[in-house]
Amino acid sequence: MNVEQVQNTHPELVSAETPVLQVQNLEVTYYTDAGRAKALDDLSFSLKAGEKLGIVGESGSGKSTLALAMMQMIKSPGRIEGGQVYVDGTELMALNAEDMRRSRLQKIAYIPQGAMNSLNPVMRIGAQMVDAVISHVENESKAETKERCMLALESVDLARGTFKMFPHELSGGMKQRVCIAIGILLQPQVIIADEPTSALDVVTQRQVMETIDRVRKKINAAVILIGHDMGLMAQFVDKVAVMYAGRLVEVSTVRQMFTDPQQPYSKALINCLPNLDNKGVFQGIPGLAPSLLRLPGGCAFHPRCELARDICKTSRPEPQSDKSGRSVICHLFDKEAQNEPSS
Amino acid sequence: MATLLLIARRFGFLFVVIWAASTITFFIPRLSSVNPVRERFAELARLGGYNPDDLERIVASFSKQFGLDRPLWDQYVDYLGSVLRLDFGYSLNRYPVTVTELIMQSLPWTIGLLLVSTLIAFLIGNLLGAIAAWPRAPGWARSFSTPFVLFMGVPPVLMGVLLLFFVGFRLKLLPLGGAYSIGLVPEWSWPFAMDLLRHQVLPALALILGSIGSWVLTMRGMGITIQGEDYVNFAEHKGLRGWRIFKDYYLRNALLPQVTGFALALGTVVTSAIIVEGLFALPGVGTVLINAIRANDFPVIYGIVLFITIAIATIMTLMEFLYPLLDPRIKNQ
Ligand SMILES: Nc1ncnc2c1ncn2[C@@H]1O[C@H](COP(=O)(O)OP(=O)(O)OP(=O)(O)O)[C@@H](O)[C@H]1O
Ligand SMILES: [Mg+2]
Repeated sequence: MNVEQVQNTHPELVSAETPVLQVQNLEVTYYTDAGRAKALDDLSFSLKAGEKLGIVGESGSGKSTLALAMMQMIKSPGRIEGGQVYVDGTELMALNAEDMRRSRLQKIAYIPQGAMNSLNPVMRIGAQMVDAVISHVENESKAETKERCMLALESVDLARGTFKMFPHELSGGMKQRVCIAIGILLQPQVIIADEPTSALDVVTQRQVMETIDRVRKKINAAVILIGHDMGLMAQFVDKVAVMYAGRLVEVSTVRQMFTDPQQPYSKALINCLPNLDNKGVFQGIPGLAPSLLRLPGGCAFHPRCELARDICKTSRPEPQSDKSGRSVICHLFDKEAQNEPSS
Repeated sequence: MATLLLIARRFGFLFVVIWAASTITFFIPRLSSVNPVRERFAELARLGGYNPDDLERIVASFSKQFGLDRPLWDQYVDYLGSVLRLDFGYSLNRYPVTVTELIMQSLPWTIGLLLVSTLIAFLIGNLLGAIAAWPRAPGWARSFSTPFVLFMGVPPVLMGVLLLFFVGFRLKLLPLGGAYSIGLVPEWSWPFAMDLLRHQVLPALALILGSIGSWVLTMRGMGITIQGEDYVNFAEHKGLRGWRIFKDYYLRNALLPQVTGFALALGTVVTSAIIVEGLFALPGVGTVLINAIRANDFPVIYGIVLFITIAIATIMTLMEFLYPLLDPRIKNQ
């Protein structure tokens, strides 16, 4: 048995060891006319094969920037200032342009935020799938390539006939599925889906999420789901990361996050969720998301934090992990004093 | 069914355009107090002997022959019928040569010059414009378009004169005018074809050089919009090679509105082509038209105007059928 077969038949054997995705100290700055905006600030995390991570955060917190930085697709005026991205042992930042091109879709696939407009209006769906395959796979016959595309369409619950259609003949949900189908064509180890459901109705949202989950199981990819909707996210992911001003302020399991959030911002996010007890009472987070151009000193969240102390205003908190593996950026977090979440 | 209706509507529209153009060219000469037949023979009469009665008799007999003495309505109906048969009557100046014969003799020259130069300008201009807006194109490739944007302000006639003077007269690289060298007999042979081509280069350049710039500008604007589209970004996420993204995702979409521009350009370049033909003494429709205007040859003038209108309207209609092939979204409308 080679590694791939082991991965396919016994994911737990391989996934328990090294992470398939490792992001270390990633930094991205946008050089705008108004000044520098540090959109990713010394950001690190890792994922094992088959694991699902949800990233939530306010608009502008840097979620898409993180995805684009992993794909090495930050465009001017943005610049990747430092850090490493390892996918299955390969350091993407060190690759030349051609090798990075080959890695896209094959090692790491990105399903874009605006799936509605992500398909070329003048090309058939099939042609847009085929050209993705032939840009990476050399010795495959036309029939094999076509069959590969057909299987991808079927695995996202689309009819084979979709192959011959044009984007304008599909609904929004169908286009979203086509984008997912394209994302899994080459069975990448990492799939990033950027708000895959934000433009869809609730029923379709669920279906799309279930589709992603099913294909994840099938190819045992690590999946990163980016979104605003904590509630929807909670049903599909293993781990949740809360992003604030370019940092992952808390990364923990779904259960920990919902029962015992540690970072005050993630606490506030969880409290924002509607439930039957506080029905009708809308809970927001006081204050505004900070401008990246003028980030407050110390902890970026301190002006909005009810628990802020003097140290929060002056000293920048660094990530700390407890023994359960959760990582929190907060001066108030005591990693030793953790009791198991009561449930 | 829907397609048939569409075709019927498009052709219906074409007929309305032809009808309107014919009506205008029918009534305008008849609104003026000048009787072209009398003008013509009065001119001849001044050269030879002069007998007013004979002149009136000649005018009357010619008017009868051309049907000019019949009620206006009858003439109008006849005229519309003859337009549909592409029969624009006789040239007054070169009677009994018909206007259609004159047009058909000169048309190949004009079509050759017009179509080829517009096409070349379209291809070069759009390619340069697309490259100018493509962020991953090397700087030297992007700067190619700059001189053409500068040429944009130079009218084709002036461009023609400059080319004639520098390339034709001073450098003696290319012939100064005419369709082919004097003394050559038109035939299907290499030497003749090369001679013909050499004579077309300067007039074509006069038309091309000035018009590339506007294609560059419109295409660059379009390209900047398209390169920000989600599908171009997604193409890059898919790991496609740069050339394929450029060609299939970027250029194809940016080109769609330009194709409409091409049909319009054919219409506007006609006027420049007429002047340039005159300048380079090419035997095209433009030269025939200029001669006709000099000689007050009304049937030829109106025949050519009408013919050009019909030709452009027909090309536009055919282009409409081309769009669905280029843009699948148009098909079902
Ligand atoms: N092209 C750009 N030029 C300048 N600043 C940018 C650019 N793109 C993003 N930014 C800045 O980077 C920050 C992060 O943007 P990003 O798109 O990653 O946010 P996001 O978390 O994905 O938001 P959303 O939930 O709205 O998609 C924002 O504050 C934004 O102002
Ligand atoms: Mg985003």
